[in-house]
Amino acid sequence: MFKRLRPFFALGLMLSVFFLGGCSNYIVLDPKGPVGAQQKDLILYSIGFMALILLVVYILFTVIVIKYRENRKDMSNWEPEQEGSKKLEILWTAIPILITIALAIPTIKTIYDLEKPPQASAHKEPIVITATAVDWKWIFSYPEQGIETVNYINIPEDRPVEFKLTSADSMSSFWVPELGGQKYAMPGMETTLYLQADHKGKFAGRNSNFNGEGFTHQIFDVNSVSQSDFDKWAKDTKSKAPELSKKQYDQLMLQGEAKKMTFSSTHLKWVDHAKDRDYAVKTRERLGVVPQNPHGSKAKDANKPEQDSHGESHSH
Amino acid sequence: MKWDEFFVTGDPLIYGADVSIGLTVIGLLFYLTYFKKWQWLWKEWLTTVDHKKLGIMYIASAVLMLFRGGVDALLMRTQLAVPDAKFLDAQHYNEIFTTHGTIMIIFMAMPFLIGLINVVIPLQIGARDVAFPYLNAVSFWTFFIGAMLFNISFVIGGSPSAGWTAYMPLAGNELSPGPGQNYYLLGLQIAGIGTLLTGINFLVTILKMRAPGMTLFRMPMFTWSALITMVIIVFAFPILTVALALMTFDRLFGAHFFTLQGAGMDMLWANLFWLWGHPEVYIVILPAFGMFSEIISTFARKVLFGYKAMVWAMVLIAAYSFLVWVHHFFTMGSGAAVNTAFSISTMLIGIPTGIKIFNWLFTMYKGKISFTTPMLWALGFIVNFVVGGVTGVMLAMAAADYQYHNTYFLVSHFHYVLIAGTVFGCFAGLVFWYPKMFGYKLNERIGKWVFWLFMIGFNVCFFPQYFLGLDGMPRRVYTYSAASGWGDLNMVSTVGAFLMGIGFLALVYNIYYSFRYSERENTGDSWGLGRTLEWATTSAVPPHYNFAVTPTVEGLDPVVAIRNDKKEVTPKLADIKPIHMPDNSGVPFVMASFFFVAGFGLVFEWYWMGIVGLIGVFITLIIRSFDKNEGYYVSVDEIKETERITV
Ligand code: HEM
Ligand SMILES: [Cu+2]
Ligand SMILES: [Cu+2]
Repeated sequence: MFKRLRPFFALGLMLSVFFLGGCSNYIVLDPKGPVGAQQKDLILYSIGFMALILLVVYILFTVIVIKYRENRKDMSNWEPEQEGSKKLEILWTAIPILITIALAIPTIKTIYDLEKPPQASAHKEPIVITATAVDWKWIFSYPEQGIETVNYINIPEDRPVEFKLTSADSMSSFWVPELGGQKYAMPGMETTLYLQADHKGKFAGRNSNFNGEGFTHQIFDVNSVSQSDFDKWAKDTKSKAPELSKKQYDQLMLQGEAKKMTFSSTHLKWVDHAKDRDYAVKTRERLGVVPQNPHGSKAKDANKPEQDSHGESHSH
Repeated sequence: MKWDEFFVTGDPLIYGADVSIGLTVIGLLFYLTYFKKWQWLWKEWLTTVDHKKLGIMYIASAVLMLFRGGVDALLMRTQLAVPDAKFLDAQHYNEIFTTHGTIMIIFMAMPFLIGLINVVIPLQIGARDVAFPYLNAVSFWTFFIGAMLFNISFVIGGSPSAGWTAYMPLAGNELSPGPGQNYYLLGLQIAGIGTLLTGINFLVTILKMRAPGMTLFRMPMFTWSALITMVIIVFAFPILTVALALMTFDRLFGAHFFTLQGAGMDMLWANLFWLWGHPEVYIVILPAFGMFSEIISTFARKVLFGYKAMVWAMVLIAAYSFLVWVHHFFTMGSGAAVNTAFSISTMLIGIPTGIKIFNWLFTMYKGKISFTTPMLWALGFIVNFVVGGVTGVMLAMAAADYQYHNTYFLVSHFHYVLIAGTVFGCFAGLVFWYPKMFGYKLNERIGKWVFWLFMIGFNVCFFPQYFLGLDGMPRRVYTYSAASGWGDLNMVSTVGAFLMGIGFLALVYNIYYSFRYSERENTGDSWGLGRTLEWATTSAVPPHYNFAVTPTVEGLDPVVAIRNDKKEVTPKLADIKPIHMPDNSGVPFVMASFFFVAGFGLVFEWYWMGIVGLIGVFITLIIRSFDKNEGYYVSVDEIKETERITV
């Protein structure tokens, strides 16, 4: 029986090398900012303990299963009535408790750390960006710069970004895996997430909380640029990009995907979705969009976003 | 509503399903009529209140649902095998993962376990049936009808597509229009009645109907696990019932409990859902733990190691299961203090689970292990379940969970516990108690093939998904770009899924093969190693009254004592007395059918139909209330004949 298992052990060994060999290629384990780095450290620390637990269980398992198989020669160590051992049971209660404590301490520390801007750049004022999820796009406002973008953001490198997250309709989750963990963006609520990019670069962000048909494509780009490039971009945008009209904004409230867009004003002057949770639904009603059964005859041409036909937005 | 909206159209997969459903129905009708089986069907099955037959029907339905959910899984894995695949579109994929998740948890895992509990527990505690046999039939039929109602959404009206979690406001009318989500609400609601009744029924059965001498701490571990599961059901299911009802009000009657408009609270749904949902996870794992305990002890030929610790570990798990629900949304931004509290409570639940793993290992220590098929499943469980367990602890670390949440890391984790725990447990229990149900074993050689195919396929399918998760692949996406670099691991994963599919087919073949060719058993203890009372029946398949004479119990593992003392199990003539048994009844089946009418009407918001159905349900309740029939006695002569006592 166990001879036959040997190829599986070999396969297992090969697989682990195959998977873990490429360790640093996995996005979450190769973070590009201090938030993600803290999470990576915590993850690797816990993987260490987990590997240890697995090792202990697997060694015990292998030894016991081989040693006490039915067709062994010497049956003198078969004790059908042996029913427990106080010592052993205390041992395997105590060790998990210790491991739990060892895991809990850095976990709690990290939980509290992540509620604040990264320590490494505590001396720098965070830049504030509000991110609003709308089925199935992301609208970003820079309240200080007075500009707005759709489906992409520029951020200055090496400076904390304070994201104010909310949603106009379904519950979404704002996630830029290379920079750090996610947080929900919910209608009628505001959550705060701090992220930071250490260097220049382009990172993929997305909604990671399922919210219907366009979910898979509800993605955005994060461009980390130098502070001076950022300032220049913000200034240019403010002076050159078109203004966001209410009509156009209401079109964005319809369900559908959207292109990247840039505006020299923000929607915050009309609506704060963190306070006004049914703005989008009411807008849809006002514009005469009726929700359609996806299997109904009208579903195919209903609810298509119309903003593409408007010439005002310029895409990147 | 137009007809083209009533029947789902426009997709070859659906037309294929229409045709195969039609052919199956015609085939069944023909078979029943041609071979004159209608009466047999009605008398032996549709009206039965025998716990063993209800159990078998539960298991058969669960296997059917495993097939349906499995086909869903393979469709998804086919779509994900390569980047940018066009096999399924977004809406279709969303419907499929929603029905897959819902069916697997509610209509496959739970009924499979409840079926095994039905077959085994009354026997294991030396009872003639459950406390309320009629109620037991109501449980089964409401479950079955709920499942059928949910399943027809595929071809009539369209399936739900808001995920098995049905988060609001996504699942509300504005964002999920059409009947799909109503199917979810009503299918689960009707089936939930059955589950809650099962909880009460078995709670009473286990507490009140144990054989003389079977104190609580002489109960077999499977009975303990069932008892604790029933306690969880009784506390958890009312939460689901209320939550589903509130969402139904939102969707059908324009209420605003969870909606975007009004003062709806979408997060309230998430909280209620997981307040039920996390205990639900333990509802589907604890009975599996119980079965593994029995199987490991049986085939290691040793008493269970640390029996009391095992019991207390389960009690702790049950209590904790109500205190951890927030770990399903650490990312909601509830603040550091809340996340810390729930991180710790979740990690704590790992401790009793860890204790159980070591107890199983040491049950085999100094044992005499035979590698039968049920034992292989149990060994496979230990090896694979710990992977699910340790990744569960990783997910419990809230700060790290911000990166795992909503990714394939999570998908892999819960499949490692649900498949390596629950599904392996169901297969193990099915093989182990198969001779109890049908009087012959499943073929061991094919059974081992099933195990290796399924177990290897499972790991090939799900192990790579941990790494996909760490590479940032979100769950519930219907496709991904080639540039993401996720193509290779997804392809591996899909290959594994198909291996599991082949494993399932091998299992079905085994059922057929064994039906044809397996040697028929002639003792009640077919493995020759049984330890608990179900193996003490005089014939392989227990007669409808289970035991001619109620056994008495003097300790744990009574059958081992009987075997060691070479005691005779044949009951003595003098001890045999007439046995009181309940009558069959067609009312539960009819009642459930009315539930179907009501449910279907409400799904389409045809209120006249909903009302007709509910009136029908009410009438069946009244009929039952005035039913004076109090069962019948099995005569001593009949018992003598059944037990082949010739004096
Ligand atoms: C037979 C092998 C199985 C395969 C290949 C499989 C595959 C999958 C896939 C591909 C998904 C969708 C992932 C996504 O798009 O997010 C999924 C989701 C899920 N599966 Fe399975 N699965 C299997 C068995 C099971 C079993 C046995 C259970 C439960 C007992 C289960 C419970 C779930 C649940 C609850 C979800 C989440 C659904 C949702 O996101 O709403 N699966 N599975
Ligand atoms: Cu909220
Ligand atoms: Cu949970």
